[in-house]
Amino acid sequence: MLFQAILFYLFATVLIGAALGVVFSRNPVHAVMFLVLTFFQSSMLWLLAEAEFLAIVLVLVYVGAVMVLFLFVVMMLDINVESIQRGLTRYAPLGIGVALLMAVELIQLIWMRSRVDAGATAFAPYPEGYSNTKALGSVLYTEHVYAFEIAAVILLLAIVAAITLTMRKRPGLKVQNISEQVAVRAKDRIRVVKMDAEKKQ
Amino acid sequence: MIGLEHYLTLSAMLFVLSIAGIVINRRNLILILMCIELMLLAVNFNFIAFSRHLGDDTGQVFVFFILTVAAAEAAIGLAILVVLFRNRRSINVQELNTMKG
Repeated sequence: MLFQAILFYLFATVLIGAALGVVFSRNPVHAVMFLVLTFFQSSMLWLLAEAEFLAIVLVLVYVGAVMVLFLFVVMMLDINVESIQRGLTRYAPLGIGVALLMAVELIQLIWMRSRVDAGATAFAPYPEGYSNTKALGSVLYTEHVYAFEIAAVILLLAIVAAITLTMRKRPGLKVQNISEQVAVRAKDRIRVVKMDAEKKQ
Repeated sequence: MIGLEHYLTLSAMLFVLSIAGIVINRRNLILILMCIELMLLAVNFNFIAFSRHLGDDTGQVFVFFILTVAAAEAAIGLAILVVLFRNRRSINVQELNTMKG
């Protein structure tokens, strides 16, 4: 239990540090790298909370796909870093003040009840032989199968939207016209000429 | 003992930090998108903590769907960003005032 607490505080410290790095780093590539670290630490924390399936999904889907997409876009766009982030905006002190106020209020609210009970309410451990993936699957494919199908449609929509948004026709580009090539007939390409046979000289 | 309150505190700190990030990085659209991802992560933390606390797996199913929608949102948001950069040669939010909103 003590070892678990040490691990939790270690992961949580790195998580908050990496999130600070995302918010305050000047270079977008560094920000993406810090975001990768943030997601990885969250995945570790979810493992600690025995949500194994989602922890693995977070690493595979987020670090593996979404963050790589972010990195691609950041590197593809030629952003002038210095011109974008020259100092903080004039709303920054106000924003930080509001954020601090919200943090104090939220944390006070969270700990208000448990201070009476003395100590945090620990999670009840799962029984032996419990499989998180199996439990999730048995709920996902029975009770929530309709939502699951809607999620699939949303992903399809995202694919279609992303492709249609970024597709463009560039003039002067040499491309194949497949349908025209397939529909071509022999008489379009060769001309058969009728003529008399030549006499031998 | 690590329990519900610890996870909720961590999630609250993450959420507040990403709100501050959106206000601070008002010039860079990519960083704003990243801060939104951080916010969704904080929400997912809450769902997982309460799912474990109540012993109900439905909370984790919610996290699954939030991850799906967040991935779709990131893909479409980045596509819009690319189109925007192609047209304006800039992703500075303060220069995007064509619609006078």
